Amino acid sequence: MPTLHFLANPARFRRFCARVLPALSAATALAVVVGLYWGLVVAPPDYQQGDTVRIMFIHVPAATLAMGGYVLLAVLGASLLVWRHPLAALMARATAPVGATFTAVGLITGSLWGRPMWGTYWVWDARLTSFLLLFFLYLGHIALSRAYDDADRGDRAAAILALVGAINVPIIKFSVDWWNTLHQPASIMRLGGPSIDPSLLYPLLWMMATFALLFVLLVLLRTDTEIDRRRLEAAEVAA
Amino acid sequence: MTAFAALFQRDLRLVLRRPGDVAVVLAFFVVATTLFPLGIGPEANLLARIAGGVLWSAALFAALLSLDRLFAADHEDGALDLLLLAPGALELAVLAKCAAHWIVTGLPLAVLAPLLGAAFGLDGRSLGAVALTLLVGTPTLSLIGGLAAALTLGARKSGALLALLALPLCVPTLIFGAGAIEAVATGEGFTVHIAILAALALMAVATLPWAVAAALRQAGE
Amino acid sequence: MNYAVFIWSAYGATAAALGGLVLLSLLARRNVRRELSARGLERPREQRAGTTR
Repeated sequence: MPTLHFLANPARFRRFCARVLPALSAATALAVVVGLYWGLVVAPPDYQQGDTVRIMFIHVPAATLAMGGYVLLAVLGASLLVWRHPLAALMARATAPVGATFTAVGLITGSLWGRPMWGTYWVWDARLTSFLLLFFLYLGHIALSRAYDDADRGDRAAAILALVGAINVPIIKFSVDWWNTLHQPASIMRLGGPSIDPSLLYPLLWMMATFALLFVLLVLLRTDTEIDRRRLEAAEVAA
Repeated sequence: MTAFAALFQRDLRLVLRRPGDVAVVLAFFVVATTLFPLGIGPEANLLARIAGGVLWSAALFAALLSLDRLFAADHEDGALDLLLLAPGALELAVLAKCAAHWIVTGLPLAVLAPLLGAAFGLDGRSLGAVALTLLVGTPTLSLIGGLAAALTLGARKSGALLALLALPLCVPTLIFGAGAIEAVATGEGFTVHIAILAALALMAVATLPWAVAAALRQAGE
Repeated sequence: MNYAVFIWSAYGATAAALGGLVLLSLLARRNVRRELSARGLERPREQRAGTTR
């Protein structure tokens, strides 16, 4: 079973990717097809929200992975700064644009869900504002890591930013509990179990898994590219 | 004299040696603030309602203005490298430098803002709120700004990058600072807002000096 | 209210964003690999050890 240490060796990581990526791509594609059919065709309309509930099947997974992605950036940052894990910097560079895109998807789908459901495209409540901040934190990470000629300096500065900004993630998560916001409170991760009907819960869980597969696929793919890019840069320096 | 006091005195003296820099920041604050009544029109109710947000946003931008030079001088002349060598000194030096920055930016802004707030038609209680929220909130801005300055030391386009990094992190302070002023205007209490601003400041003091020191160490390598 | 336009917009924007990201990532990978092979470096060092340089 691959562990972090096993994969720390870039050459091993690349061989791992070469083996895993084709199967992962196929699995992800299949999951997307099944998920789309389930979410758009099979799942029933909600008795309150009608068909707009189908937006939930993309909004919730995107937002969840956007937050998870930033946690990953923070973990990778710690990994780089404390243990000097060789792949941490490269994987962080690969992950930040993926997380930023998932955050943008969360913002857009949330906005499009909000208009028919609650009458507004946007409101400056705690959850939406802190989620928007997450997007800017991702942009900052992307910009900072590429702002130096010395890539290592950029990676380490971005790592510090990732650690400091990580405080935003619990704020997003718990903001709906701490403040009365327009955004609805938790319906899945609650004491007492999910409050969604199974006919909607299961396609949602499937789409969560699908988005997770896509996230992992993108991160592995892009990390592989970053390894190649570093080799290219090293060759250019040596030449 | 403690190490902190010595460092603080040195930084304060360095900053005060260039009163022009301080004046520019305050002048920017005044100009930026007065742009709003000019642009929006003299409708008294509207001005009074946006005053808190305008004053706080302008204060935020003004506080960020002088930041990119915060560590640059020490970085260039090697004083930073000396501090990197002494254990524990770097975090203290960071705190001293941010404190000195606050004395010449946050503190004057907190004094100046009520005067401008009067021009927005705020009443006495609101003006007091303006001064108090800026007083409690601006130290956090100096520390966050210090982090952004350390992270972007020597980077390309460091000015814009510094703002990109600092502004999202400053948003909670902005929200509660401006919110406090609005709460006073509508008659509700602002103790919660002040409490949160104070908590943010304490959290910043307790955690950010280490982050800033780590960032400075990266810059020094 | 016509909900359909919101639903299709949401799914469409998501497909565009995520599909675009996948495409860009694949393109970047192909470009870097092309650049590496143009310099004859596509094989890792241990495999090149036996060849003359």
